[in-house]
Amino acid sequence: MIEALLLMMGLGAVSGLLLGIASKVFYVWEDPRIALVTDCLAGANCGGCGYTGCGACAGAIVSGKADVGACIVAGADGAAKVAAVLGMEAGAAETLTSENTCTGGFRAPEKFSYMGVNDCRAAYLLYAGAKDCDVGCLGFGSCVKACLFDALKIGPDGYPVVDVEKCVGCGACEKACPKGIMQVRKPSDRILHMNLVTDRLAPCRQTCPAEINIPKYINHIKNKEYDKAYLTIMERNPFPLSCGRVCPHPCEDACRRALADDPVSINQLKRFCSDWVFDEGAQVKIPVAPDTGYKVAIVGGGPSGLTAAFYLRRLGHKVKIFEWLPKLGGMIYYGIPQYRLPKENLYQDIDRILGLGGIEVKTGVKFGVDFNLESLVGGGFDAVLMTIGAMNHASARIPDEDKVKGVVPATVFLRKQGLGDPYPIGKNVAVIGGGNVAMDCLRSSIRLGAENVYCLYRREVKDMPANKVEVEACHHEGIQFIPLCTPKKFVSDDEGNLTGIEYIKNELGEPDASGRRSPVAIEGSETVLPIDNFVLAIGQTTNSAFADEEGTASSRLDTNRGSIVNDTDTHQTTIPYVFTSGDCAGPPGLLVAAVGAGRRAARGIHKYLMGEDMALPPTRLRVDSRRMKGHIPGTIFESIEGVQQKGRIAQPELEPGSYERNHTYAEVDLTVTEEEALKEANRCMQCCLTCYNPDI
Amino acid sequence: MGDYILLAVGAILVNNILLIQYLGNCPFLGTSKSMDNATGMAMAVVFVLALAGIVTWIFEAVFLKPLGLEYMRTIVFIVVIAALVQFVEIFMKKSMPALYAGLGIFLPLITTNCAVMGVCLINIKEEYNFMEMLISSIAYPAGFGLALILFAGLRERIIIGRVPGPLQDVSIALVTAGFMSLSFLGFKGMI
Repeated sequence: MIEALLLMMGLGAVSGLLLGIASKVFYVWEDPRIALVTDCLAGANCGGCGYTGCGACAGAIVSGKADVGACIVAGADGAAKVAAVLGMEAGAAETLTSENTCTGGFRAPEKFSYMGVNDCRAAYLLYAGAKDCDVGCLGFGSCVKACLFDALKIGPDGYPVVDVEKCVGCGACEKACPKGIMQVRKPSDRILHMNLVTDRLAPCRQTCPAEINIPKYINHIKNKEYDKAYLTIMERNPFPLSCGRVCPHPCEDACRRALADDPVSINQLKRFCSDWVFDEGAQVKIPVAPDTGYKVAIVGGGPSGLTAAFYLRRLGHKVKIFEWLPKLGGMIYYGIPQYRLPKENLYQDIDRILGLGGIEVKTGVKFGVDFNLESLVGGGFDAVLMTIGAMNHASARIPDEDKVKGVVPATVFLRKQGLGDPYPIGKNVAVIGGGNVAMDCLRSSIRLGAENVYCLYRREVKDMPANKVEVEACHHEGIQFIPLCTPKKFVSDDEGNLTGIEYIKNELGEPDASGRRSPVAIEGSETVLPIDNFVLAIGQTTNSAFADEEGTASSRLDTNRGSIVNDTDTHQTTIPYVFTSGDCAGPPGLLVAAVGAGRRAARGIHKYLMGEDMALPPTRLRVDSRRMKGHIPGTIFESIEGVQQKGRIAQPELEPGSYERNHTYAEVDLTVTEEEALKEANRCMQCCLTCYNPDI
Repeated sequence: MGDYILLAVGAILVNNILLIQYLGNCPFLGTSKSMDNATGMAMAVVFVLALAGIVTWIFEAVFLKPLGLEYMRTIVFIVVIAALVQFVEIFMKKSMPALYAGLGIFLPLITTNCAVMGVCLINIKEEYNFMEMLISSIAYPAGFGLALILFAGLRERIIIGRVPGPLQDVSIALVTAGFMSLSFLGFKGMI
């Protein structure tokens, strides 16, 4: 009895002593926060997070490799506790949700009839599944079986549907899917994703320069979930009200439905759902990632800069915008007239961006004059984005164009109008140029009281790069087109005031590099057109004079004809911490292209700040939306079957010739009604790569 | 030498600790859902049992037998094995971080697991000498690993199959384990 007691006591003492010594001798320093974080986790060592046990998971969270919400079992409460331990704001954690990226299902054609085990992984072993589409859902629901939270089911169309309320983002479905269709992503992962050749993309979605998930938002509209449609657009484009009004919608040129009747009026639907959200005052919650502690300066508050600010903020960075004009918005505030884009609509978009919080704005300061790169770096900014736009005008190479009174560049003409102090014009106005800026000047002149407004263009009207609807609107408003002419010299009176313009007629010669026939002057065809004002709208350039000042940091920036040279994927310039996007980074383009570039720049800056690989994957999809080239092979069809002829809805507009149309700045194009929008949304065939919903 | 081979074959196949002696069923069901976990567990059991077998055999020879305290064997072995596994975990974390990363989570799971305890007790009951004890302490867990890995392979395929609702997961696993056990009974005639 005594021996037994002594033995047990001795054994206990020796074991305890040994372990005590061992823990000192073999002590491994560990971040004390790891122990604190471990306490917040479930402690089940289940491995659901993908790490070997809770300790390893806690280590990964503390070292930043895993998200604070990595422990699925501990859930949102656990994530909040972990965030508190790590000094982050509670509730700042982004939620992971699963998303099905294939909308094929039953409609997708099959290569053969599969009779084997009802499981995607088993079916996949046989020639990668029976579906004709390489990346299509097999529909046996391996993901549904893998889901422990009952958040997935195979929907009526034969592909999985996620119940977002129940989904915890554990990633089980993603692991179970042999085709990578289920993707569990945080909102910031989705912001950082650029279209890839391997993605499941409808032709419209491949073409959109901002890469908006068009079929998804149209499907939301179809289901009357207008706020969800708006949020889907906001993942790619923070200017839905503005884009919905002025976008020339290259996506519609790629719409597969156009092969049967007319393309779906995608842009009108975008405008409808965005207008609905603001008109109804719907509450929308835009997720923002936890703070990273980095600060980014954005020079120029135009569309590209504001887009970058929006996405950088959503990725968790602090942003400060520096703008030299009194109002944010850049070219779309000062360049696009009220009748096309009312300022209050633009400001609804901008206020939504600034409403995220964490975006500071300073107006009335000019880069290169009031501040420069040195002062930004000194001010604690970790990266700088230059979105200074193209505010200088290109020369028309007419003698004395900067001396004759009454000759004005389009940028100045439109900016003064935007500032509320319109440029004084006479009764006869001529505008040179065939782009959208020229159209804006023409239509503004009518509203400013001009009686005879002429559009001078060196080629034919059909060659004009302006949107067709704009040219049409000019015709409606009584603007006279003088195509095939080149202005040669100004005629002025003794005081230097413009009284006329002498131009020479052209004929079309051989096609040039752009494929358009180049104009050749007809000798002896000189004509004088009496005018009071002449607007130069033949292109804009960037004022990058600051890059020429020796001895400054900016002088290390490379420029090419005024544009700041950058890597078109990462938007990084020759100075590693300086990025650029929008009009100042290349030839001036569309609003939607500036928005797309803004998000790419935000991605580049995020990757640069976080020390991650900045290059885009080699599978990056590169579509030229102007020339309609570069789509995923096999996704652009010659013809389609099974579609009933249902024409697209008309664009409601102010009555042509009415007083409001010609003499006020009232918005000309109007928003469609809900009934019309639903009708149009139902025309969408919900295309993916190769399959689509024919009309039944 | 022949005896040793016989002992090893007997421990691995004929008297398989899982399928014939039905010891260590919790890790058998718990970690057999994926091949990765099964392999990790098998390695951890071999590692721990080899150490535990040696230490408990020495303990029996040095303390329990001379002092006539054999009736205390079970409780003493529990304390010894628990302390040993804890010690090994601390030691491994410092000195063999790579091994710790692989076996780390399995070590605390098999502290005084019934298979570990069982083999230590078998070693004493069969009155093995040191060499025999060593072979048995490696061969039994090798049999454990064999059964576990085979079973994990089966379960990975069962997940794909069409299993009736009430039989899913653990139920079908137990049925499968029963059939495996039956087939292992076939080795009985070998020795």
